Amino acid sequence: MLNKSLSLSLFSNPELVATRDGYGQGLLELGEKDERVVVLTGDLKESTRAEGFFRKYPHRSIECGVAEQNMAGIAAGLAAAGKIPFVSSYAVFSPGRSWDQVRVSVAYSNLPVKIAGAHTGVSVGPDGATHQALEDITIMRVLPNMTVVVPCDAIETRKATVALASLTGPGYMRFAREKTPIITTADTPFEIGRAEIFWDSTLNSKFKNQNSNQIQSSNSRNQVVIIGCGPLVYESLIAAKELHEEGIGTMVVNNHTVKPMDEKTIVDAAKRCGAVVTVEEHQVMGGMGSAVSEVLAKNFPVPMEFVGMPDSFGESGEPKELLEKYGMDVASIKKAVKKVLSRK
Amino acid sequence: MSLTDEQVRNLELKAIEIRKDIIKMLLSAGSGHSAGPLGMADVFCALYFSGVLNWDPVDPWKPDRDRVILSNGHICPVWYATLAHTGAFSHRELLTLRKLGSPLQGHPHYRELPGVENTGGPLGQGLSQAVGQALAARMDEARWRVYCLMSDAEEQEGQTWEAVMFAGNNNLFNLTAIVDRNNIQIDGYTEEVMPLEPLADKWRAFNWTVLEADGHNIREVAEALEKAKTIRENPTVVIAHTIPGKGVEFMEGDFAWHGKPPKPEEGAKALKQLRTLWGNIKSEHE
Repeated sequence: MLNKSLSLSLFSNPELVATRDGYGQGLLELGEKDERVVVLTGDLKESTRAEGFFRKYPHRSIECGVAEQNMAGIAAGLAAAGKIPFVSSYAVFSPGRSWDQVRVSVAYSNLPVKIAGAHTGVSVGPDGATHQALEDITIMRVLPNMTVVVPCDAIETRKATVALASLTGPGYMRFAREKTPIITTADTPFEIGRAEIFWDSTLNSKFKNQNSNQIQSSNSRNQVVIIGCGPLVYESLIAAKELHEEGIGTMVVNNHTVKPMDEKTIVDAAKRCGAVVTVEEHQVMGGMGSAVSEVLAKNFPVPMEFVGMPDSFGESGEPKELLEKYGMDVASIKKAVKKVLSRK
Repeated sequence: MSLTDEQVRNLELKAIEIRKDIIKMLLSAGSGHSAGPLGMADVFCALYFSGVLNWDPVDPWKPDRDRVILSNGHICPVWYATLAHTGAFSHRELLTLRKLGSPLQGHPHYRELPGVENTGGPLGQGLSQAVGQALAARMDEARWRVYCLMSDAEEQEGQTWEAVMFAGNNNLFNLTAIVDRNNIQIDGYTEEVMPLEPLADKWRAFNWTVLEADGHNIREVAEALEKAKTIRENPTVVIAHTIPGKGVEFMEGDFAWHGKPPKPEEGAKALKQLRTLWGNIKSEHE
């Protein structure tokens, strides 16, 4: 039921690595293989993990100081001159502060600028609401030409970083501050615009329960598809496993590319399950779940629940406490699954 | 390089032709900006036709070309008209300005026309793009230069100073900014809306070389742009002092003409002034 290409220790003892570390590795890989790749930062090279690239390729590294609007424009100019710029900052500043520049100088010109937004979600923690980006998916996916990727772990972030470099247009990628579980492996397929099924209760039965007969029958058909993105894909998988043990069958889709969305996989999953829960560490309004609902309302409407930030700002606290308080933990996902089931 | 008197006279006549095109384009579009484009016709002539710029309209995207960025995109009628005069595209296309399906967008769109190197409109964005281009040239050890045309009032945008600071601190000597110091903006005179002076001192404080020129003296502008090429220590800004609406008497110096086009009868009057060189010669069109 767990996708065979995923990490074997996922449910037992997952390795914890921050997604931003995957970005740093991806940049180093790109530095080696593509001369055109340049990296910009706005006084945040260490924290965004661009530092390794800065050390190894100083000639292709640009420190912009605390000036994100200028940084976006410089990136556009570099791209117009044939470079592939990666803009590294916190998402609340870039694209938060530089949205107009990204809209006009980058997206409208369809230039291959890649924006890496660090420190997204409430799990940024103690820094508080000012630094917890919860709107970035919305403001980026609304821009024509823009690709939006939300990788689920450090390995996927590395792959996404490398894949973004070969896109001919602009791209946005978000990652988190905290160390989060490694879900995927080098073998897990990753392609921009293709969602992957990470869990499917109907396949195999690794997680047998005592009342196996009853469970088998209720699991014979998936009842809900959980569509997640970012590190909360891990929480989605834990919820799926626990729900399976309770006799509720689910599918979990890693919907890492919010735009362009893999409509076929999403619609097929909705058809198979008949109910959807979306999971993201982002405002519900306009986020990945909204994008899924746009696809489904048009193609195959089913009952939906949205796990995400409920039209609220965050606050200081520990990541775990915040995810719990604002309803993005495993318990909240399970609750949403049960609620959507009751609406079927 | 020095322009002969005859060359200067020819460029002055060309600037008048460009002004006539601007009026016709605005009449055809029925919307757009009048004062800025008319005021910058001489500067555009100096940039494109005096030999300053390494740009070939026959091969407009060749890698070693100089780049021209127009930050205050709303004055694009003067850019489009100038580019048409280089032969980069058909003169007839000028009258499609702001019309559905035309590459002559109301504000310039990147690569929509040969020579249009940036998207511009929302003020304050052009210099950053020019800085990015200049950086790329330096990384590649290329010799091409970047010219960024800007308005004065857009220096009220914070982003402008972020870019000025970056270019000054990085000694981007392959970058020349040209500021249209026409003293007007939509709501009034710059020094009343939000004063910019001492403008030259501000740029100097950010480690730029400042040159000033009469924006209607083509020789002076061309010489300033040539001089900027020889400065290797830091980027250069040429502050071009211009008269908004230059060439059309009832528009000159009046901020009310910043953001509106002439009405048909006003356009006819403007064209007559330009055709007759303000009544000094006869024109068969009258």
